[in-house]
Amino acid sequence: MMDWLQRLGHSSLGVFERLGRGNLFLLRVLAAVPSLVLRPRLVIAQLYSVGVLSMTLILISGLNVGMVLGLQGYNTLVDFGAEESLGQVVALSLVRELGPVVAALLFAGRAGSALTAEIGLMKATEQLSGMEMMAVDPVKRVIAPRFLAGIFSMPLLAAIFSAVGVLGGFFVGVGLLGVDSGAFWSQMQAKVDLQDDILNGVIKSLVFGWVAAWIAVYEGYDAVPTTEGVSRATTRTVVHTAFAVLGLDFILTALMFGND
Amino acid sequence: MSLNNDDPLIVKIRGVKFTYGVRTIFDNVDIDIPRGKITAIMGPSGTGKTTLLRLIGGQLRPDAGSIEVDGQNVHAVSRDALFQLRKRMSLLFQTGALFTDLTVFENVAFPLREHTRLPESMIRDLVLMKLQAVGLRGARDLLPAELSGGMARRVALARAIALDPMMIMYDEPFTGQDPITVGVIMQLIRMLNDTLGLTSIIVSHDVHELTMICDRMYMIAEGKVMGHGSPEEMKGSASGWVRQFMGGLPDGPVPFHYPAPDYAEDLLAGASRT
Ligand SMILES: Nc1ncnc2c1ncn2[C@@H]1O[C@H](COP(=O)(O)OP(=O)(O)O)[C@@H](O)[C@H]1O
Ligand SMILES: [Mg+2]
Repeated sequence: MMDWLQRLGHSSLGVFERLGRGNLFLLRVLAAVPSLVLRPRLVIAQLYSVGVLSMTLILISGLNVGMVLGLQGYNTLVDFGAEESLGQVVALSLVRELGPVVAALLFAGRAGSALTAEIGLMKATEQLSGMEMMAVDPVKRVIAPRFLAGIFSMPLLAAIFSAVGVLGGFFVGVGLLGVDSGAFWSQMQAKVDLQDDILNGVIKSLVFGWVAAWIAVYEGYDAVPTTEGVSRATTRTVVHTAFAVLGLDFILTALMFGND
Repeated sequence: MSLNNDDPLIVKIRGVKFTYGVRTIFDNVDIDIPRGKITAIMGPSGTGKTTLLRLIGGQLRPDAGSIEVDGQNVHAVSRDALFQLRKRMSLLFQTGALFTDLTVFENVAFPLREHTRLPESMIRDLVLMKLQAVGLRGARDLLPAELSGGMARRVALARAIALDPMMIMYDEPFTGQDPITVGVIMQLIRMLNDTLGLTSIIVSHDVHELTMICDRMYMIAEGKVMGHGSPEEMKGSASGWVRQFMGGLPDGPVPFHYPAPDYAEDLLAGASRT
């Protein structure tokens, strides 16, 4: 029993220590962000690579999720004779929840893990150390651009996911199951609110982007500089991001949509 | 350029102590690096040669003592001043530490792009000059993954001289290279040192190569300086350590055997168990 308590105490101390170091690291990264105003090309290059990494995955998954939503939504709605509302159901599910959340999970699996591995390997092969010895701060030159690219790309990826998803729902609902096309779009337009739904969705994906990018660059920078250390850090990025995103999603949803 | 150009010593290490956890790596070490010369620092693997270079470069902090580079105490100056100092000293990592996502050309251009505002045409000329000096102007479009180990070190060398430093530190430049490459690198180190008026520090355990190329040698082991002098003085040294290392003798102050219980007892203990 004592033993168990001791281990519990030990591991929670470890968690707090990591959190503390992660926060200090975040402060360093944020302090480096202003210097990027003069060198936007560093961020743009990273946006491009993060975008390219994730785009195919986002497109295919968005389409699939939208099609499934169309099918399941129709089956439920048709019992109440409300299949006209399919557009609304598909769009709201995507914009409020599935777009930000699934895009963030996919981002962690594809771009986040790649960022961690890249930074971890740069550390293991002394590229970061070499940069420091060349009087270049790797946090400014390597970490901050990747962090910003992660934050900026997330709302875009989530928006693309939702847009493709709506199309997928449309194909299934209107194309295959015979829902009226005009009703599909007009219901959607009437019931999806710019502020309540779209803006909140964007805020969610900004928060998720922040967290996912932070975890990815921190795990890479903090990785034990060996092959095994980098592979473990990569796994941690995916797992921690998934937990963080799902947990935060519940809190954000409660705050945004809890009392209406 | 340099504030203390007339000081014959470019690096002064005084009473430096350094530990990793409970392990003492350096215990009260004094080292002088003369300006304009090639100084070798020898020692068995794991004595802390790389650590020493990182201490000089300000990446690690000694527990006691001081390290002065060109008149400035590396660990007492501001971060900005340290970065200014680092622009004037290059550290050539054992692995080369080239940026794997950049071509040879961009690797050499990196310090120029980061620290100068030169126009592109000037950067191109400078990069080609540096690559020419190491014989790799033709390899400018290759990626680091396409280079042999020896070529990678030469590219790293071209990058190290991009900003015309006053001093270059080489971490094990010969290790794992074929004899021809070793010859090429030795010649490059000497040539760059003399034509560019550099100071060179070579950290290595390749005694034979070092005695051919360096002006002064330091031998470190067990956290202490075991001897120093010109290569000739070192060969004739009275120290058992220095003689064992210089001659490559298998046994001496550095024992062949890892500490173990008595051999006969160890064997008998196994016999009595069955
Ligand atoms: N980050 C570190 N933490 C703990 N011990 C280290 C670390 N880096 C190196 N060491 C230990 O310090 C000793 C000296 O390392 P190093 O300077 O790399 O030796 P050398 O370059 O002479 O082979 C080695 O025994 C190594 O195991
Ligand atoms: Mg070493």
